[in-house]
Amino acid sequence: MSDVNPPLHELNPHNVWTGFKQLVPLSLFVVVFGVAFGLAATQTGLDNPSIIAMSALVFAGASQFASLELWGAQVALLPLVITVFAINARHLLMGATLYPWLRHLPPAKRYGVMLLVSDANWAMSMQAFSRGEPGMGLLFGGGLAIWSFWILGTWLGLYFGSAIQDPMSLGLDMVMSCFLLAMVAGGDKSLRLLIIWIVAAVAALLAYWYLPANSHVVVGALAGGILGALWMENKR
Amino acid sequence: MSIETPGLGALIIILIMAAVTLATRWGGVWVMSFVPISYRVQQFISAMSGSVLVALLTPLALNGDNGARLGLLATAITMLLLKKPLPAIAAGIVVTALFRQL
Repeated sequence: MSDVNPPLHELNPHNVWTGFKQLVPLSLFVVVFGVAFGLAATQTGLDNPSIIAMSALVFAGASQFASLELWGAQVALLPLVITVFAINARHLLMGATLYPWLRHLPPAKRYGVMLLVSDANWAMSMQAFSRGEPGMGLLFGGGLAIWSFWILGTWLGLYFGSAIQDPMSLGLDMVMSCFLLAMVAGGDKSLRLLIIWIVAAVAALLAYWYLPANSHVVVGALAGGILGALWMENKR
Repeated sequence: MSIETPGLGALIIILIMAAVTLATRWGGVWVMSFVPISYRVQQFISAMSGSVLVALLTPLALNGDNGARLGLLATAITMLLLKKPLPAIAAGIVVTALFRQL
């Protein structure tokens, strides 16, 4: 990523639609997660409009599931805010990693695109950018795909959630993990990167064991990033 | 401070969650707009982008059942061999599902 070509950040209806289509296969699995969330949320006692509103406005599955754990007749605000922030803090890092390309967009588009950032479309677009391919359509169009299928899945979960007997036994809980791992394994590889990843993994585990809940992603990512900044590749 | 969930309370809670999440989506970009993108910053960013995923996956792999671990292994191997994400994901899910049927 030593050179940032202007066309890479281009955002037009054509590449948004292409990005949308590229993330539809994965989005079908997002529907399943959505169903699981819709079902869990009804069982927690949220009313249907609230559940749909949460999926549409928050659009961050892990933190939505976590909020259900804190839900009751009363919800304590501070623990909720801390939990949601900690689980979603990785978006801060995603935004930072996208900045070299986002900075070419006018602020309204830049922040508009970021409304729909999630793990999958971020990983796909970063991979495209690092190969020197345009990634903004993947980011925004892919985000639209995941967002709409997430809402669709949530809605289906309200009515048909109990139809999925045991998603775990079908391995459906593994879709997102396998996807993200495929993104790691498909990217650039070098001894330097391998060592950076090992440091990130060890730091994440230490944080997972010894630091407050949900801090491990940020700790591991920062550890890897800092090592990368100290031990730079030779400039080509 | 607590909010009662019946009535408008639920919506207020959801709006607060949405605002916190939006702050995480916008915050990183906003902060970076004050940072000059030097070569060192580029190196930080590119090292961090893979590290986010590694940090996310490591505890999952360590704490998961053997089905999950084998599934991740299958995904990694398929991806390294074929370099195509969809077969790699499919391999991971199939291996996990088969192992859990045993």
